[in-house]
Amino acid sequence: MERVAIIGVGQTKYERNKKGETFADLVFEVVTKALDDAGIAIEDIDNVVTVSNDFWDGRTISSMAVTDACGSYGKSVSTVEGDGTFGALYGLMRLLSGSFRSTLVVSHCKGSEGSNHFITNAIFNPIYERIIGLDSISSSALQARRYTEKYGITEEQCALVSVKNHKNALNNPFAQIAMDISAEDVMNSRMLSEPIKLFDSSPISDGACAIILADERMAKRVATSPVWVKGIGHSADAYNLGDRDLAEPAALIRAAQKAYNMAGIKEPYKEIDVAEIYDAFTYQELLWSEGLGFCERGKGGKLIESGETTMGGKLPINPSGGVLSAHPVLVAGLARIAEITIQLREEGNGRQVDGAKTGLAHGINGACGQAHCVWVLEN
Amino acid sequence: MVNEEIVYHGRIKVPYSWSVGEYGSRFFYELKENKKIWATKCPKCKKVFTPPRKTCPDCFVPIGEWVEVGPNGTLITFTIVRYSAQIHPIPPPFAIGIIQLDRAETGLVHLIGGVEVEGIRSGMRVKPAFKEDRGGSLLDISYFEPVE
Ligand SMILES: [Zn+2]
Repeated sequence: MERVAIIGVGQTKYERNKKGETFADLVFEVVTKALDDAGIAIEDIDNVVTVSNDFWDGRTISSMAVTDACGSYGKSVSTVEGDGTFGALYGLMRLLSGSFRSTLVVSHCKGSEGSNHFITNAIFNPIYERIIGLDSISSSALQARRYTEKYGITEEQCALVSVKNHKNALNNPFAQIAMDISAEDVMNSRMLSEPIKLFDSSPISDGACAIILADERMAKRVATSPVWVKGIGHSADAYNLGDRDLAEPAALIRAAQKAYNMAGIKEPYKEIDVAEIYDAFTYQELLWSEGLGFCERGKGGKLIESGETTMGGKLPINPSGGVLSAHPVLVAGLARIAEITIQLREEGNGRQVDGAKTGLAHGINGACGQAHCVWVLEN
Repeated sequence: MVNEEIVYHGRIKVPYSWSVGEYGSRFFYELKENKKIWATKCPKCKKVFTPPRKTCPDCFVPIGEWVEVGPNGTLITFTIVRYSAQIHPIPPPFAIGIIQLDRAETGLVHLIGGVEVEGIRSGMRVKPAFKEDRGGSLLDISYFEPVE
């Protein structure tokens, strides 16, 4: 593969209710930040990918409503409706076509303005699954129980993810929910949909994120510390929940293997220095860790108990605080890429993983991780 | 600048009429008229799908064979929903589960009832509780309840 680098990132602070700002305001803010970060101007961008969802925005062809704010007039602009990691994947492919030198990928979401229950209920087949009242919380609860019962993962092991990530968030100025809590606090928090409790869950968030990808020539010309794409993989599983064994992250295993093969990684737990993974609920960090090969199948609970995924451990996971600490839907995966970029540039300030050379960013699409996208990045 | 934050309240209502398709029609007709649950079986891998599938997602071939499944099944996983939302078919607390019907190889998502929610366990044997008045929808089954 031609070498492609991330040369700039920009994020808003993630908040519950950004009343003072419209979608376009958020997009303009992060695009401006990413351009400044890259040390380039909007004229240097020749390709733009916007990432948004019509249900969340409450308008059809929502991506086209932010063209002004992302400076895409007169440029090649196209759209991804899905997680930001998939938007970045499409941006990467456009760059690899050889037709462009640089690509801006920008994603926005204001979860506070719509209705999470209505919108995530609409993920499901209206005839067979939507009618039962499933949404993101109750469907994930079905997965949480299946996974934890099949592999003997305990409630406390899940709670430890919440403790770790919310504590990490204290050092991330972009995070929304940062707090020092105990496993008991998590286990005693309000039950939403058994076994998922309030502190097992990610919040409703508003925010935006942008990244700028560049080909090798441009990256070497403009960037002082480019972060290189070493491997990428993506894969999807069945749409109907009942068609999958929800305890088995089959699509993630395939996506990770592709990314590792491309990056030449044989032992991910040893070779990866820092990971940002899509922990919309606590059990997901454990299940996805297994799918990513950080531990054996069913050993996600033991992995969190080992303490090796906390700051200072062998493989810190979610130093940003993860999705548990801010969950702007669609933006969240792009924010994982932005955080790994920050880590590999050693700009993590209070949350820097010392000497991070190789990082992994992960995003999901669809209910219960129907599709996964894995990025391996290197400085 | 002004301090007042002005918010515009929209209310989008978009009606849809989704066709359930040829196989869906047969599935719901059998539920409504005969209180039976039918599935389809892949000619190549022999996998039995419910809800019925017209093509096998694994083999990518058309499916023509119908088989009756259930009515009893095994509860694979479940959740007890404790929060209120307008999308819910009944008020909380209520249970949603994935049921693998006997002879089927995929799960059906449905409500679990006829029992205190605290008594629900994975692996439990369940059977459908059909409504008296049936109109041809998945909710012609009120819920799946424990087999005595
Ligand atoms: Zn087949």
